[in-house]
Amino acid sequence: MTRFLAWLALIFGCVFFILPLVGMGEFSLKMRRGVYSFDAYRKVFEDPTFWATFGYSLVLAAATIVVGVLLVVPTAYWVRLRLPKARPYVEFVTLLPLVIPAIVVVFGYIRLFNTSSILPLTGTAFGTDFLLTMGYTTLALPYMYRSVDTGLRTIDVATLTEAAQSLGAGWLTILARIILPNVMVAVLSGAFLTLAIVMGEFTMAALLNRPAFGPYMQLLGANRAYEPPALAVIAFAITWGCMGLMQLVTRLAKHERAKA
Amino acid sequence: MTYLTLAHLEKSFGQNHVVKDFNLTVEKGEFISLLGPSGCGKTTVLRMIAGFEAPSSGAITIEGQDVTGLRTSARNIGMMFQAYALFPNLTVAENVGFGLKVGGVAKAERAARVTEILEMIGLPELGGRYPFQLSGGQQQRVALARALAPRPRVLLLDEPLSALDAKVRVALRNEIRSIQQELGITTIFVTHDQEEALSVSDRIVVMNAGVADQVGTPFEIYNRPATRFAAGFVGTLNLIAAKVIDPKTGTVALAGMNLQVQGTAQRAAGSDVTLALRPEGLRLGRGDGEGAVFRANVASVQFMGSTIRIEVMAAGQKLTLDTFNRADQPPPRPGDEVEISLSGNNAIVLD
Repeated sequence: MTRFLAWLALIFGCVFFILPLVGMGEFSLKMRRGVYSFDAYRKVFEDPTFWATFGYSLVLAAATIVVGVLLVVPTAYWVRLRLPKARPYVEFVTLLPLVIPAIVVVFGYIRLFNTSSILPLTGTAFGTDFLLTMGYTTLALPYMYRSVDTGLRTIDVATLTEAAQSLGAGWLTILARIILPNVMVAVLSGAFLTLAIVMGEFTMAALLNRPAFGPYMQLLGANRAYEPPALAVIAFAITWGCMGLMQLVTRLAKHERAKA
Repeated sequence: MTYLTLAHLEKSFGQNHVVKDFNLTVEKGEFISLLGPSGCGKTTVLRMIAGFEAPSSGAITIEGQDVTGLRTSARNIGMMFQAYALFPNLTVAENVGFGLKVGGVAKAERAARVTEILEMIGLPELGGRYPFQLSGGQQQRVALARALAPRPRVLLLDEPLSALDAKVRVALRNEIRSIQQELGITTIFVTHDQEEALSVSDRIVVMNAGVADQVGTPFEIYNRPATRFAAGFVGTLNLIAAKVIDPKTGTVALAGMNLQVQGTAQRAAGSDVTLALRPEGLRLGRGDGEGAVFRANVASVQFMGSTIRIEVMAAGQKLTLDTFNRADQPPPRPGDEVEISLSGNNAIVLD
């Protein structure tokens, strides 16, 4: 009986998640009347704006990941090693982006960095891109910090650091050669979440008026019928592709097998 | 020539005074053990030599260079940890070569050194493995190789054997000692295990509550402990109350008998002292007639192989004595009445 209930719950869960996707997928194939076709997908792929915005967001996501890793890994490492008492405060700060809406953050940016301010970042495209990257980094902070911190928990940070120091290594070497490789899987899962957030982010990109993928999806969704679900299916495919890639990388890292 | 000097080292963590006026001079190539119970400050002393902790006051000198304010990475020391601390993301060879790589040693030279040192620890074929593929004993050997590869000035061992099982522990400690002697590397070994310290050290520092109680060779520490703590911490000890009769001749009275001992010159006649005797300092039977003889009742017998440990009740207290096993002489049984004798030469006079 319990077995039956367990199966029932599992099937219900699957249906709950998969049915809307199936419906969406099916709808996206119905552009041509009466038959299934990939017309909607072709339209999306033929649209140069799709490629431009997608590429733009991808580049920004990569930049965000780099900035995030450079910010979070040393911070989380230092907090674990030397400032364990500061951990609750740092965690609180990293959680703030979940509480403060993106629109508040972006209005703050515009007020602080507008063209008549001391640091007129919004005056140039590059400056705005930089601002957007920082904003994305902030949005991704809760996920990045948490996954890296969890990764650090699986290794003996203090002793490994001391071992490396006794062998003559400085801080940069310790971080780059010992700490980062050992939390790589955690960093990757944080990076994956960052990618997902950046690719779909609308508010910041729209208000800073940058040609990102989020505003493009919104624009398409407001004006077309069949292309948006096609776009959603594509987005899902990318997401799952990333997940698969992450699994693959995890498996390829030999020393990670020890934890499995 | 003095190689490593610790002068008036003090360390406090807040209100907690962990190390108090610690002084030690170490010769080149010496193997020194810091022995004491947990919390006695031995690890803190080691960590100050390594540079992980800064002394509150005092100075550390290696080869005439004052390293007190020097950061760890610039001290050129090698260290082994209780938790192995091998880098999980690097192979054995990469682990061993890490210090050389950081030190800027060229690739070919590095590879040669790694091969040489892996052979020295007896694991030449494991260079390509990852730490998780090794047993605890193998991991700790690799940790030793890693510490030795950059030819450090001092080797620091922080209870490296505590996490291993008994057989591996004995094998590895002998191996560490023989490699240490072969390389002539100055070594500081922290342990709470007296047997470990006695078996491998040139000298032992017995530590208690942040103070070096006694510094001496294993033979001195065991046979002539300077303090009650050193006497009690190292080995098993029988304590017998006695009264000084004549300080000049060393005559003391215990349980109605007179005994000649050494070390009473500074004491007044009639003062109370405690005689400490190792289990092997008591003999079953009358012996050669010297010293005191007690009638005793056997309480328990532990057969340990080459030796037999016997607990007896004599003169109103429990005494422990060790005797060698002899195939032609079965040990007494609990409840037997026996005679035991002790010689004043084996007795240590404590307050």
